[in-house]
Amino acid sequence: MKAKNHLELTHVSIDFPTDTGPFRALDDVSLKIDKGQFITLIGHSGCGKSTVLNIVAGLHRATAGGVILNGREVSEPGPERAVVFQNHSLLPWLSAYENVELGVKQVFKGKKSRAEMRQWIDHNLELVHMSHARDKRPDEISGGMKQRVGIARALAMQPEVLLMDEPFGALDALTRAHLQDSLMEIHAALGNTVIMITHDVDEAVLLSDRIVMMTNGPAATIGEVLEIELERPRERLALADDPQYNHYRSDVLRFLYERQKRPGEELAPDSDSTAATDSNSQPIAEGDKTQENIALRVVSN
Amino acid sequence: MSTATAINKYQAYNFRFLDHLLAFLSRDNRSGAAPRLIVALGIPLAAIAIFLLLWSVLAAKVQTSLGQLPGPAKVWEQALVLVDEHQAARAKEEAFYARQEERNAQKLAADANAEVRIRAYTGAPTFFDQIVTSLATVATGFLIASLIAIPIGIVTGMSHTLYSALNPLIQLFKPVSPLAWLPIVTMVVSAVYVTDNPFFAKSFLTSAITVTLCCLWPTIINTAVGVSSVDKDLLNVSRVLRLPWLTKTMKIVLPSSIPMMFTGLRLSLGIGWMVLIAAEMLAQNPGLGKFVWDEFQNGSSNSLARIMVAVLVIGLIGFGLDRGMLLLQRKFSWDKSAITR
Repeated sequence: MKAKNHLELTHVSIDFPTDTGPFRALDDVSLKIDKGQFITLIGHSGCGKSTVLNIVAGLHRATAGGVILNGREVSEPGPERAVVFQNHSLLPWLSAYENVELGVKQVFKGKKSRAEMRQWIDHNLELVHMSHARDKRPDEISGGMKQRVGIARALAMQPEVLLMDEPFGALDALTRAHLQDSLMEIHAALGNTVIMITHDVDEAVLLSDRIVMMTNGPAATIGEVLEIELERPRERLALADDPQYNHYRSDVLRFLYERQKRPGEELAPDSDSTAATDSNSQPIAEGDKTQENIALRVVSN
Repeated sequence: MSTATAINKYQAYNFRFLDHLLAFLSRDNRSGAAPRLIVALGIPLAAIAIFLLLWSVLAAKVQTSLGQLPGPAKVWEQALVLVDEHQAARAKEEAFYARQEERNAQKLAADANAEVRIRAYTGAPTFFDQIVTSLATVATGFLIASLIAIPIGIVTGMSHTLYSALNPLIQLFKPVSPLAWLPIVTMVVSAVYVTDNPFFAKSFLTSAITVTLCCLWPTIINTAVGVSSVDKDLLNVSRVLRLPWLTKTMKIVLPSSIPMMFTGLRLSLGIGWMVLIAAEMLAQNPGLGKFVWDEFQNGSSNSLARIMVAVLVIGLIGFGLDRGMLLLQRKFSWDKSAITR
């Protein structure tokens, strides 16, 4: 009963005020997520993936509809819905340990003793294989390591839902593969519910239980939901030749590149949606993304 | 190993030529360091030499009512004279106290209950006394300004309402010259600071407060900008964690605005030092400004050279103060890359 209604988005729509009146970024997004499921959101730039995530996180409030987690409506951000930000968002003046500690101190104030907290922080750094750099500051470690610490910070809050906004978007392919493997391990061990945004089709198929494909904005919504019934644990090398895996991949690719062509790319000349759906013209909807790399990673590994 | 740490230390001061000198002296890096030393040390030295040459040639052509405009040699000579005068004054002071002590000892020997008076030495302040006075004044003024400006900057940066309220006032007072403040400050200090046994001289307070008034603005503005431009993602982190206001301020907002805050403080100190000299000149308050003014009024054949000594010293001290702030910034700021020159 409870598992069925773990996390539910019901008719979520959001308008952003602009100079020319309200801009509808999301329209009628409904989704039910079971406990422990790994969901990825995939879609073109500016389709409102981040907005969905931010609404679940409580950083944005839906104009219509709402989000319910364990029978309670989400109205503000909270540590039970931890966010891993795209650009890691570690505090540059704190060490890896201190960055994780900031969250732990806040969440477990009065529930854990100092020693227990210290142990818990070290445990989480261990989980993302960052124990060796616990006293290093963000500017002293690589991009992949920063993202690991970011994940450790989120995990250390012991969240019910882990929200990841393109966590590996800025990383090179090899680092990305390592982190994906780590993430699968952690998810298998902890069983958090995960919602992750990605641009990477392989990443989506490899990691997800379900892939939620979003249509282009404005008024973006869920276009299709693909159940991925590959057995876990998944091995990227073995999957590369798996017909089922490749079938899922081509399903997603077909959705993205046939049914939802990228705005501005091979669009009919009479289309009026070009300007409005250009990712640059709706900075609010997608946050401050510096790089939007739609990666068609046909060659994984 | 120790050479390497020494080099790092000097890099902190940002003396580039010293780095190169140290690199040159350290054994492990001798081959590549020599040409770089010549470039790094040679170019500034050549520029200084050209400057001194032009100065001595051009100064010789200017005749003033106080004689020929002094060249570098004359200025150097007067610098040494100022040192001698200072030492002479100190010797005189010591002699004065020695005499006084001796006299008092004699009095007490004659009559154990004799009334002994100890008088302070009242010689004219030397050039170096004036330097100390100016430094103390600027430090006081700058400290007061910082203590006021940093908290104001923080709350202004955090609150839109306060920002809208204070911004017009800040913009109005920021461009005001210190000399316009001076008469007002003088009158207010005279009216308000009335005690029989003043701990601070009025002139000292006047100068310091004038410095304060001019030091406030860059610190307020830069702190406010630093506080208000904290990375939005970091604020989102604090929202997700539901950090209380105080924790958010102490752990996220303040550290992230420290580089901007220091930029403001450095600007303020630079302005404060310039303001102080002008204020001392105009108000005849003790300090380097008064030294310059006195020499100007004195009008001896050495006056211009002595003023030039003062000008150079004022420049050197201003440079030193700026380096000092840079050093502090290096120590306290997490963002080492933000510190350039």
